[in-house]
Amino acid sequence: MREGPEPMIRKFVLSAAAAAALALSAGAAGAAEGGHVVDHAFSFEGPFGTYDRMQLQRGLQVFTEVCSACHGLRQVPIRTLADEGGPQLPEDQVRAYAERLQVFDPELNDFRPATPNDHFPGSGLENAPDLSLMAKARAGFHGPYGTGISQLFNGIGGPEYIASVLTHYTGEDKLEAGAMFYGNETFAGGWIAMAPPLYENGVTYADGTEATIEQQALDVSAFLMWAAEPKMMARKQAGFTAVFFLVILTVLLYLTNKRLWAPLKGHRESA
Amino acid sequence: MSGIPHDHYEPGTGAERWLHRRLPIVGLIYETLMIPTPKNLNWMWVWGVVLAFCLVLQIVTGIVLAMHYTPHVDMAFDSIEHIMRNVNAGHMLRYLHSNGASLFFLAVYLHIFRGLYYGNYKTPREVTWIIGMLIYLAMMATAFMGYVLPWGQMSFWGATVITGLFGAIPGIGESIQTWLLGGPAVDNATLNRFFSLHYLLPFVIAALVVVHIWAFHTTGNSNPTGVEVRRTSKAEAEKDAVPFWPYFVIKDLFALGVVLVVFFAVVGFMPNYLGHPDNYVEANPMVTPSHIVPEWYFLPFYAILRAFTADVWVVQLTNFITFGIVNAKFFGVIAMFGSIIVMVLVPWLDTSSVRSGRYRPMFKWWFWLLAVDFVVLTWAGAQPAEGIYTWISLIAAAYWFAYFLIILPLLGVIEKPEPLPATIEDDFNAHYGAAGHGTNAPSPAE
Repeated sequence: MREGPEPMIRKFVLSAAAAAALALSAGAAGAAEGGHVVDHAFSFEGPFGTYDRMQLQRGLQVFTEVCSACHGLRQVPIRTLADEGGPQLPEDQVRAYAERLQVFDPELNDFRPATPNDHFPGSGLENAPDLSLMAKARAGFHGPYGTGISQLFNGIGGPEYIASVLTHYTGEDKLEAGAMFYGNETFAGGWIAMAPPLYENGVTYADGTEATIEQQALDVSAFLMWAAEPKMMARKQAGFTAVFFLVILTVLLYLTNKRLWAPLKGHRESA
Repeated sequence: MSGIPHDHYEPGTGAERWLHRRLPIVGLIYETLMIPTPKNLNWMWVWGVVLAFCLVLQIVTGIVLAMHYTPHVDMAFDSIEHIMRNVNAGHMLRYLHSNGASLFFLAVYLHIFRGLYYGNYKTPREVTWIIGMLIYLAMMATAFMGYVLPWGQMSFWGATVITGLFGAIPGIGESIQTWLLGGPAVDNATLNRFFSLHYLLPFVIAALVVVHIWAFHTTGNSNPTGVEVRRTSKAEAEKDAVPFWPYFVIKDLFALGVVLVVFFAVVGFMPNYLGHPDNYVEANPMVTPSHIVPEWYFLPFYAILRAFTADVWVVQLTNFITFGIVNAKFFGVIAMFGSIIVMVLVPWLDTSSVRSGRYRPMFKWWFWLLAVDFVVLTWAGAQPAEGIYTWISLIAAAYWFAYFLIILPLLGVIEKPEPLPATIEDDFNAHYGAAGHGTNAPSPAE
C-alpha cells in the first residue's frame, strides 16, 4: 500500500486535492454514506446506556460463526473479551477461544494458535474491511439539513448503520465486471459485494434467544460497537464523576463569587 | 503596569527584600494578579481564562499522548488504538485532547466576537488585538497538524487538500507544497514534521499568550462601555476598577466551572460527536473519501475558500486583469487568507470614534448579521459545493468582506452614536445600584 509515491499517484492526489478544495464534484459529494438507516434503540445509547453483556456474547458468536470468515478485528486484543464492561467471558473460555484462532507469528514465520494476548486476526478476504472500528467509522444520521444535530438525540448511528446494512438486502443481485453485487437499501450506491450473510436461525444462541436475522444483526452490531469502543462504560463513569464534582465546585464558586461581589453592589433600583 | 493608580508591591520581610533586590519575581506576580480591572466586565470577558485553561489542558494531555504515539505512517493509526485500548485512561486523554481542541476554538471565536462587538481592538489596544490574531493563526496551524496525526482518512485527505492550497500559488506554489510536505505527496516525511511542529507550536502560543497579556496589562483591560478607567487619582480609579484577585479570579473560575461541566459531559457521553467517522478508517492514498470536510472550526474559512468559483464575475475579472495568473483556485486561497487579514486590520478599518457596539445603533445590526453570517458559513462549509450551497457560501463570504471593508469604514462616518456613560462607575451603578454608604471603595486585598 505504501510504496513510494509514484507520479501517477501523485498526479491523482494533487488533482483530487484541487477538485476537493475548489469544488467538491457533484458525484463525490452527493454520495452520502448510507441510504436507509433504521434507528434502533440500543442498550448502550445515552449517558446512562450500558452494554448488554449477554447481547455482546451473542454478537461475539455471530461474529465468530459468520463475519470472521472474511472480516478481521485486528485492533482488538483477544484478552479484552474478559474485560469488565465487555462480553466478560470467563478467563478459561477466553483461552479456549484464542486457541481456536490462527495468528501469524513473525518469529516463527508461520501460523500458530493464538493466545489471549494476541489480537484477533485481520481480514481474510482482501476487499472485506476490518471491523475493529466499523461502528465508529460510519454515521447513520446526518440531518437535519446536514447539520448533524440529530446525532445529539439519536447517536452518530454507526451500529444502526451496520444493522441496517445486514437487514436491508433487496434480494436482487447483478454480475458486474466478473463480480457479484447484491442490492442493498442502506449501502451507498445501492449495491454491495457482500452476499447476504445472515439467515434465520443461522446461529444457535446458547441463551435460547431466537436467532432471527434482525436479532443477529442487532447483536453483532452491539458487539462491534464494543469492539470499537471497549472503554465506553469506564468513560461514561468518568464523565459522571467529573460532572458531579464540577457541579459541586461550580456551585461553591457561585456562592463565593456572589458573596465576594455583594459589598460592591447596591440594591438594584430599576432594571 | 497599566498606568492605573494602585498599590504596588512592597517587600515586607527581610527574605522578601533580599529576593526582591535580586529578582523582583514576587512583585511581578503581585502586579499581574492585582491589576486594577474594570468592575463592569460582563460574562463575555470570561473566555480568556477558558482559553488559558484550554492551552494548559492541551499541552498536558498532549505531552502524555506523545509518550504513547508513534509518528510513522505504518504505525500511527494503530498507536492511537493502542492509546484507546491499552494505555491507562488513554481513551480519556485522547478524548479530552480532541474535544479540548473544539472547546479551544469555541472559546476563541466567542473571545474574538466579543472583541469585535465591544471594539476592543481600537486604540490603544491594537497590539493586543494583533497578537491575539497571531495566536489564532498559530492555533489553526497547530490544530490542523494535530488532526493529521491519527492518520485516518480525513487526516490524510485534509492534509492533502490544505497543503494543496499552497500549490495554488502561481509559479512557485508546487515547490512550496513539496517543501512543506517533504516530498511530492503527503507521506511519512509529512507526518513526522507535522508531529514535530504540533509539539512545538503550543509553546510558541504560550509565549504569544504572555505577550498578549503583557500588552493589555500595559493599556489596561477593555470593558463593555469602552470608557477608560479614571487615572487621575487612586481614589477615583478604585471607583471604576477592582483588583483582578480575588474579584475576577473567582468570577472567571465560576464561569470556567460552568463551561467544564458541559465539556466533561461531551467528553464523557458523546466524545465523537464533533469528529468525523471517516477518521476511524486508516489513511489510504488510493481511496478518496466521498466528502472531504475539515474539522468544524475550520468550516467558515473552508466555505470562503470554496465560495469563489470560476463562474463568479469577480473571479473572472481578476483572472482577466492578471492575465490568468490569479485563477479561481488561487483566488479562493487569497480569499481565505484575506478573510483573516481583514480581521487583523480591523483596528484601522473601523472608523468610529466610539469603541463599544452598545452605543452604536446601526453597528449593532450589522454586527449581529456578521455573527449569523459566521454560523451560516460554518454550516455551508460542511455542505457539498453544489447547487444552492455555492450561492449561500458566496453571499455569506461576500458579506464577510463587505462588513470589514465597506460597512465598518462607512458606519463611522454616517452613524450617530448614543451618549456614553461618563464613568465605569456610572455604568456599574446603573446595573447594580450604588453600593451602601462607606463601602463604595473595595478594601485593598490582603
